[in-house]
Amino acid sequence: MAIDLRRFHSTFFEESLEGIAAMEVELLEMERLLLRGDGRPADFDPERLNHIFRAAHSIKGGSGTFGFNQITEFSHGLESLLDEARSGRRTIDAEIASLLLRAVDCLRGLIDAARRDGPIPACAEALRAELERAQTAPSRPVTRAEPARAAESGWRVRFQPHDRFFHSGNDPLRILRALAELGPTTVHADSSHLPDWSTFDPVQSYLRWEITLPKSVSRTMVDDIFAWVIGDCDLDIEPLASTPAPTPLDIAAKGDDKAASSIRVATAKVDGLVDIVGELVIAQTMLSQLVEGFVPEHLSRLQAGIAQLARHTRDLQDAVLGIRMLPIGFVFGRLPRLARDIAATLGKRVELEISGERTELDKTIIERVSDPLIHLVRNSIDHGIEPADERVKAGKPAHGTIRLTAYHKAGNVVIEAEDDGRGLNRERILQKARERGLVPPEMQLDSAQIDELIFLPGLSTAETVNDVSGRGVGLDVVRNNIRSLGGGVEVSSTIGKGTRFSIRLPLTLAIVDGMSLKVGSEVYILPLAWIAETLRLQPDRVTQPAGGAEIVAVRGDYLPLLRLDRLFNVRGRATALNEGIVVIVEADGKRAGLFVDELLDQQQVVLKSLEPHCQRLEGISAATILGDGTVALILDAGSLVRQAHNPIFAMAASAGLGQSSGATPPALH
Amino acid sequence: MYETTVIAGASLTPDAEQYLTFRLDGLDYGIPIQQVQEIRGWTRVTPLPNSPRYIKGVQNLRGTIVPIIDLRLRFNLSEATYDACTVIVVVNVGGRLAGLVVDAVSDVINLAAEQRRSAPEFEGQANRQFIQGLTQVDDKLLVLIDVDKLVNQEALAQAADAAA
Repeated sequence: MAIDLRRFHSTFFEESLEGIAAMEVELLEMERLLLRGDGRPADFDPERLNHIFRAAHSIKGGSGTFGFNQITEFSHGLESLLDEARSGRRTIDAEIASLLLRAVDCLRGLIDAARRDGPIPACAEALRAELERAQTAPSRPVTRAEPARAAESGWRVRFQPHDRFFHSGNDPLRILRALAELGPTTVHADSSHLPDWSTFDPVQSYLRWEITLPKSVSRTMVDDIFAWVIGDCDLDIEPLASTPAPTPLDIAAKGDDKAASSIRVATAKVDGLVDIVGELVIAQTMLSQLVEGFVPEHLSRLQAGIAQLARHTRDLQDAVLGIRMLPIGFVFGRLPRLARDIAATLGKRVELEISGERTELDKTIIERVSDPLIHLVRNSIDHGIEPADERVKAGKPAHGTIRLTAYHKAGNVVIEAEDDGRGLNRERILQKARERGLVPPEMQLDSAQIDELIFLPGLSTAETVNDVSGRGVGLDVVRNNIRSLGGGVEVSSTIGKGTRFSIRLPLTLAIVDGMSLKVGSEVYILPLAWIAETLRLQPDRVTQPAGGAEIVAVRGDYLPLLRLDRLFNVRGRATALNEGIVVIVEADGKRAGLFVDELLDQQQVVLKSLEPHCQRLEGISAATILGDGTVALILDAGSLVRQAHNPIFAMAASAGLGQSSGATPPALH
Repeated sequence: MYETTVIAGASLTPDAEQYLTFRLDGLDYGIPIQQVQEIRGWTRVTPLPNSPRYIKGVQNLRGTIVPIIDLRLRFNLSEATYDACTVIVVVNVGGRLAGLVVDAVSDVINLAAEQRRSAPEFEGQANRQFIQGLTQVDDKLLVLIDVDKLVNQEALAQAADAAA
């Protein structure tokens, strides 16, 4: 047993958290059924309970193997209660369901503590007692067989293999050896059942053993050894006369401080990758053979070979990106619980319906879309869904419904969050926006424009600020988050019927649709998502009011103009406005003109981070590698627009640079 | 392209270290070979906007974006025109990669600890911090460079920029 189990820890944690998520989903579903049945014991699908039970059971098993005793004991209590329910000895009512949910939370806390090697959450002790109290049948052996908690003076194991023990491929000797490895053991063999030599069958098992184990051995360790033979023997494990003493917490190993950023990939995806790589190798071999002793007649074969290579490369690219794809269900899964808790806080009844949870998205996007989604759900419950009495008066069902849907559309993923609440109160939004000076008093807006206002910073229509929402930070942050992922968010609403938020996201962050721009001899990439339009303007359209920053007039609008050549200090070809192109970029609701020499091409580029080897630079978000192997920088439109609208900031930034280069003495010539 | 070769049969005493030596404006410099990842010929770089002058830009090193530092400019020596001999020594300091542009690489030598001397204090040494020590090889001065400081100094300077 000299294997270092530590390397399996992260897998255990990951699997456990997945198990917990699954338990939570099932429990919430049960609770929802209970809610529908208005407290009557609902008719559950037994598979649901089995599902929860299995999850608890594997967490118990895993934690036992790795020596996370706290988790083992806690999940054991949980498992016992679930087992009672599963075997029909106990019905699950709202109280039990709620207790189970809290226990699941606490279990998550325990796992987290084990991972970080942190302190045991305070809830553990109390909840375990509660779980135990909830088990009504005190005489049940499962409750008695829990004494791993208290320190005993040891264990006595009576091990009596069935006659046909060997037939299942087991060997008692292996088990005894495994037990011996746990610590000093005493073993008594009972050979009284040995038959006469004349009737002795060498493939039958006749011996029985009584093994005494020291107290350093936990019950689970013993259980684990017998795990595979439990049906093939009579086993009796009992503690020796016990002297109660608290077991010291024994979290065996230090997990990595940073939760390792790992990903679980379906084997089929990996197999697919291997296949493609195989094809690639074949194509490459063929090409190198072709090139060796190449004659012009073979040109068409060469072209065909290169086309094949290109196809495989594209396949490989898709497949590799596919590995990073996760179903959106990873985020959706957390929401029902959240919705339940928020609704409970606000005294509302809300049902969350989810569809399209298998829609796949890049892992990074999944991680970063979670907060905005939580925010939207919270928003819907707080502002959208009315209190039950108001709903009934309006002829709607008493409990509100929030529908979360995800689907693919034209190379994007669309996530919709729709509620059947009261809809946006446009009058009030407009009034608030005018109060805050966000909209000039004389300006007339149509309903779509008013709806857009809710994304402005500092606007909240909630009458009261509570801990759920209403602080006026929110939807603008949601929009910015989504934008930073290269997507967008829109809202549509019908008064009295509900509101729908629709989020559009790119499939992946690793690849960006970009426009390549040329300034002098340099090529830059500007993500298409930020480009509003491109124009060729006459020089008289640019003015420099009061000798300050340049401003261009575009259809009656005045936009600050950034000359990329000056900003980045490269020698541009075009200086007069009509020699180059103005690209209008839009970010955070602001626009600016970007002056470049020419537009080259629209292309997909693979993002390469500048870090860790280079520092982040203002105006640059990342880099990419062009077809010829050179590096092109990808522009950060958000930061450029900010610079354009805040020339003082831009000046300060360049002054800071001037200072530092001034700190190094001038070159000695 | 050059390849670095380990001198065959060179017996290393425990505190001896191998150094890669290169030329820079007529003087020989050395860096611990442990920190050298590879040596490449000079190819075009993509300039990074708003960076110090000695950062020539970035290059694609098999998919990784690596900054290229001109050592002549870093040490405030006269600027060189890049030619066929100009090479980039890619160093790896604690996982951080950087390319150092030097005039030409010369040799790989063994240096025992007692051969290395600390640099004397003298006037106007702005770049003293980058010098780890001095030594003599074949009666010629060899300046040993502290790559760690060089690459990380880099980071510090830029962090200061960002903060400013």
